[in-house]
Amino acid sequence: MSRRTIAVDTLARVEGEGALDLVIRGDKVEKADFRIFEPPRFFEAFLRGRDFREAPDITARICGICPVAYLMGACHAMESICGVNVDGGLRELRRLLYCGEWIESHVLHMFMLHLPDFLGYEDSIAMAKEHGELVQRGLRMKKIGNALMTLTGGREIHPVNVKVGGFYRLPEQSELATFVDDLAWGLEAAEQTVADLAKLDFPEFEHDYHFLALRHPDEYAITEGRLVSNRGVDVSIPEYDDILTEHHVEHSNSLQSEFLDGERAHLGPLARLAINSDRLTPRALKAAESVGLVGGSNNPFRSLLARAVETVFAFEESLRIVENWQRPDAPAIEVTPRAGTGSGCTEAPRGLCYHRYSLDDEGLITDAKIVAPTSVNQRIIESDLMHVAQANLDLDDEALKWRCEQAIRNYDPCISCSAHFLKLTIDRR
Amino acid sequence: MAKPRKPKLAVWKFASCDGCQLSLLDCEDELLAVAGAVDIAYFPEATRAVLPGPYDVSLVEGSVTSAHDAKRIQAVRKQSKLLVTIGACATSGGIQALRNVADVADYARTVYAHPEYLDALATSTPVADHVTVDLELRGCPIDKHQLLSTVASLLRGRAPVLPDHSVCEECKRHGNTCVTVAHGTPCLGPVTLAGCGALCPKHQRGCYGCFGPAPTANPGALSARLAELGQSNQQIVRLYRGFNANAPAFRDESARLAKESA
Repeated sequence: MSRRTIAVDTLARVEGEGALDLVIRGDKVEKADFRIFEPPRFFEAFLRGRDFREAPDITARICGICPVAYLMGACHAMESICGVNVDGGLRELRRLLYCGEWIESHVLHMFMLHLPDFLGYEDSIAMAKEHGELVQRGLRMKKIGNALMTLTGGREIHPVNVKVGGFYRLPEQSELATFVDDLAWGLEAAEQTVADLAKLDFPEFEHDYHFLALRHPDEYAITEGRLVSNRGVDVSIPEYDDILTEHHVEHSNSLQSEFLDGERAHLGPLARLAINSDRLTPRALKAAESVGLVGGSNNPFRSLLARAVETVFAFEESLRIVENWQRPDAPAIEVTPRAGTGSGCTEAPRGLCYHRYSLDDEGLITDAKIVAPTSVNQRIIESDLMHVAQANLDLDDEALKWRCEQAIRNYDPCISCSAHFLKLTIDRR
Repeated sequence: MAKPRKPKLAVWKFASCDGCQLSLLDCEDELLAVAGAVDIAYFPEATRAVLPGPYDVSLVEGSVTSAHDAKRIQAVRKQSKLLVTIGACATSGGIQALRNVADVADYARTVYAHPEYLDALATSTPVADHVTVDLELRGCPIDKHQLLSTVASLLRGRAPVLPDHSVCEECKRHGNTCVTVAHGTPCLGPVTLAGCGALCPKHQRGCYGCFGPAPTANPGALSARLAELGQSNQQIVRLYRGFNANAPAFRDESARLAKESA
């Protein structure tokens, strides 16, 4: 049998550092290890002894791309321990902040990280030379997402305005009103993006996934709901640890998470569409219908389109909130600490993000557990890679490598989050 | 005549959250202009393309926390004419430097089932502890306008103009009501380097020191004031032990207070 080994120093266009080892023997892919050697930072350890009010700002630093997922997961967990329910205008403002993050993160991933794979460019800057209008549109949409985060959170990366119980300062109604025109433009731009991206060639690949997402009775779930899967899982957030478990494997500084029975869970936009298409806002539902994504898809490469549909949703939802928001009297609900354990789970752009904390009666953290979405998706990325590599063995090594990278980017993996240098090696013998 | 060569820009990542390098991609209005003025020679978060060194300007995000990274930073320095550290992790060690006052083996056992799989040093240290750094941009995250003006200055061969005063002065300039004087809210503004625009006080909360200590910081005086406001030693220690816990002024003051209460 012939043997070829290819080493590529860095897997690009992902957040964080990791590596992929593919072992091919003859015409069979024997092994695909998605390695994460982003050095561990030990958040769950140094959170012990910190005040419960510090958890949102500290855990935000797990990820600069989706800090809101950490801010909100920590807030919800603390509020559940302290018996506080944040509702009304405060809840709406949190949802607006989170929509800002979905827009910023989804548009970054679609236009700058993933689309260059489909169009055959090394990056979005090279892509901009021939697809200038598309890239400019993406940048403008992204800017609006960031502006929403600045409006509600104080700044786009690591917002300062979020606290347990609500916000530090409430924006004025008039500040929200200035967003109406931009959001209306963004909604149309997102719809146009769905139509444009639908014309791409999507690699043919399907897998029967076990999708898991939050589901809410009334809305497309972001911060609240039950954990629901397409194979009958339906549990409350505090029961998370009863369905998913973590393992530490030698090739990854990110703990790997899977269902207790060893089955691999798929989180993120395709999972959310699989579980929650009937909760989409009207224009987002229309967008999903136009590209056959109602009920999701078993082709992970179509996650690009799923993000576009969710971007339509995020603009539409933001517009609704901005037009109807009633400014509450107080920026936050008073929260008094008490001893206990509680959890919070929200839909980060790349999938479910889980927090669980225990507090003592002074409100100091005695235990913390945080499961980033990429920790869960890591296992499914590995199995996709086995299948994608197997189906594309006729490609030369460079093309095969690129296709594998594209398959990894289907999951918009945030390696900083999940742990814990991406080096891609293909070992063919 | 040959076209003049464009300067080569490289962006490197060590232990971090990616937020500071994301600041560059968050310059939506200027990104394509920046990309036109430089060759983005190495920036894995944004591109697969890699141009060989040496690099005219290297932006380095993240702290050094592993033996592997301690070696890698040496290689980055060798390939870089100017090395600029960006953000709290690279300039002080970041939030992960909380391990420096703890037992890292204990940390590893808390989070991981197999600590023996890990390559983790006992400390998280700033890049300047390992190699010569030409310029530092502070912040958790950095301010993107400061990043843009710095890159623009460096491309023209000038030293960038960066603040050397405290957040307190920024507050006065913005006309913010002092959260400490008016509400008794603990605030690190008097000892923290300006650059954020006094963001936290503007949002009616105390500064949490994400730009690290100002050059003239006198944390001892601030701690005394915070104690008068009813803050316990432990609370003040936690305030300094945030995103710049290992910056000397904050580290030494928190160590002094911790020793006092021990």
